[in-house]
Amino acid sequence: MSRIVFLEERCKGCRLCVDACPVGIISPSGRFNHQGYEVMTAGDGCTGCASCATMCPDTAIRVFRTVRAAEGGKA
Amino acid sequence: MSDTVARTLIKGNEAVAFGAVDAGCRCYFGYPITPQNEIPETMSRLLPAVSGHYVQAESEVAAASMLLGACAAGVPSMTSSSGCGISLMQEALSYMNGSMLPAVLVNMARGGPGLGDIGPSQGDYFQAVKGGGHGDHRNIVLAPATAQECYDFMFRAFALAFTYANPVMVLGDAIVGQIKEPVRRTPPADALSPAQLEALAAPWRVEGRGKRGPGAAPRLIKSVYLAEGALAARNRLLQDKYEAMRAEARSLSYNVDDADLVVVAYGSIARAVRSTLRALREQGVAVGLFRPVTLYPFPDEALRALAAARPGRRFLVIEQNLGQMVEDVRLALFGAAGCGAEVLWHGLMPGLLANAQMLEEPVRMALAGKEIRS
Amino acid sequence: MNSSSMPTPDALRPRDDERLVFDAPASQADRPTHYCPGCHHGIAHRLVAEVLDELNVADRTILVASVGCSAFSYDYFTVDALEAQHGRACAVATGVRRANPGSVVFTYQGDGDMAAIGLAESVHAANRGELITAIFINNTVYGMTGGQMAPTTLIGQKTTTTPEGRHLLGEGGPLRMTELMAGLDGVAYAERCALDSVKHVRAAKKALRNAFEVQLRGLGFGFVELLSGCPTNWHMTPQAANRRISEEMIPVFPLGVTKNLLDK
Repeated sequence: MSRIVFLEERCKGCRLCVDACPVGIISPSGRFNHQGYEVMTAGDGCTGCASCATMCPDTAIRVFRTVRAAEGGKA
Repeated sequence: MSDTVARTLIKGNEAVAFGAVDAGCRCYFGYPITPQNEIPETMSRLLPAVSGHYVQAESEVAAASMLLGACAAGVPSMTSSSGCGISLMQEALSYMNGSMLPAVLVNMARGGPGLGDIGPSQGDYFQAVKGGGHGDHRNIVLAPATAQECYDFMFRAFALAFTYANPVMVLGDAIVGQIKEPVRRTPPADALSPAQLEALAAPWRVEGRGKRGPGAAPRLIKSVYLAEGALAARNRLLQDKYEAMRAEARSLSYNVDDADLVVVAYGSIARAVRSTLRALREQGVAVGLFRPVTLYPFPDEALRALAAARPGRRFLVIEQNLGQMVEDVRLALFGAAGCGAEVLWHGLMPGLLANAQMLEEPVRMALAGKEIRS
Repeated sequence: MNSSSMPTPDALRPRDDERLVFDAPASQADRPTHYCPGCHHGIAHRLVAEVLDELNVADRTILVASVGCSAFSYDYFTVDALEAQHGRACAVATGVRRANPGSVVFTYQGDGDMAAIGLAESVHAANRGELITAIFINNTVYGMTGGQMAPTTLIGQKTTTTPEGRHLLGEGGPLRMTELMAGLDGVAYAERCALDSVKHVRAAKKALRNAFEVQLRGLGFGFVELLSGCPTNWHMTPQAANRRISEEMIPVFPLGVTKNLLDK
């Protein structure tokens, strides 16, 4: 299971990541950052494709991909 | 007595180019315009030989912008132009002042306004000494009168530009640029070496942060200050700098000690006036010449000293325009500091060739307190 | 209403079975931008920073900034930078690159800056084959000044200065800069890309890399046009702005490489 982390204070709530996600797991969270923008949240099922981060104009998403033991991870 | 220093017979324009390259100039950007074309032509030959760059720009707007870039890199660089070309450079000139860059610009002035003519003129005096572009800014302005000074003043121009991180304009005219005279190609006493110029630029130039070692912070050169109070602070800094530049005011005086009348003239007109005064001296007329060498900062203290040294003497400003430097002379001699000295004015129309004879009558009349305006 | 918080330090580090596959590039400054939500400048900035990292040239790179929304682009890169007057970035870049031959120099300009007030400086720097890379953001509108007509505004597009829509005769047609640049002998690389989709963004990064590569190899002027969204001045959501790029802009500004001397 891969995952993404939102740097929520960098998010401007543009939702380009929502459209970009091929598995449709990103959605508005109902929470707001200090600038007043609604931040996003991600559900389960992330594939680590980084499409969301690729489209993020504010570099507000970090992507971690799960690796198998053979690739160097300790799964 | 033999002169052991070799001299080259060259035009003022060529002397500018030789002086610049000998002073360490390594980038020239320009656009052809008469009467200064020997500068770019000579630069296009000289610079490649010293691994420098000559770029013929698409306009004076672009040339001055390229100059901004090269100056930001801290490399001694220059442009030259005349008339309408200098007008087109005012945008970059304002930015270079605001960004505190050591640009050197040469204006071999021609007659204006508009396309005017290609004859000599001092009609660009205000444009040069009052800033010229938008916003408060001041250029150091040097006014050569001879081909030798064209050579020497390029060293002074680069030294001042780098010392103050401020644009310097060398203001000549069609006569100064076109006159052909023997020139000694040896650095004047006030020259700074290329290594000294580089050392002055090292603390601020953009160069790629890696040149300053690992972890060096990026540098930024700019003129925009939007935060509240930031522009005020920047302008205060510039004002302090302009105040400090006053120490660089230079002038020359000839036969002023006993003079009842001191003529104030600069550049090629000062040369014509000198001939006029020599002829009058031979006739026993007590006249002298005060020649501003820096037009900004204006040598007002030296002028006031002349007024104080001989109360009651008159001053006659002779210039080739409709009355520009006369305003600075009147400001310098205004009120008690100027000992109440009377300031008269005589103007030659831009484009005309001045000669010693035509200036005799205005000088004689001024001795009697009568002004022949033009 | 809940408020957000920054993620915990632990969440920002890869776990034992994870690899960090996407993070901000080192050449990008760690600070929020002044750009509007959904503005594509942020994507373009990040791509440039990624390319500077990959080519390992950031420590000898000099950015020449422009005037417009991207005026403060220098705040977002960790490289030496200087400000150019409006439109003059390619001329300023010419000067700084000539004076410092070992440097890597790029300009970052909007459509007003590069294609209107600075067209002469842009075209002539390109024609001289200056060893600089010019990045051109085309969003068909003046952003910073509030949505006026740009040289790239589409026919019929309403702006604050074309309230009835832009007319071809009298107001001109959208200027196609990439085609113009590709016709110049000094240009070594010219490509038009778009920032409206993941696929297009990834292609844009390759283009940017090529446009720097021609500079590093001394082949000539590198140019990349990026079709970008301006949701604020287009008066639409970022999602609708992306649709506008694909449906209205790309048909007028076709994507692709129009000049490439890298393989010659």
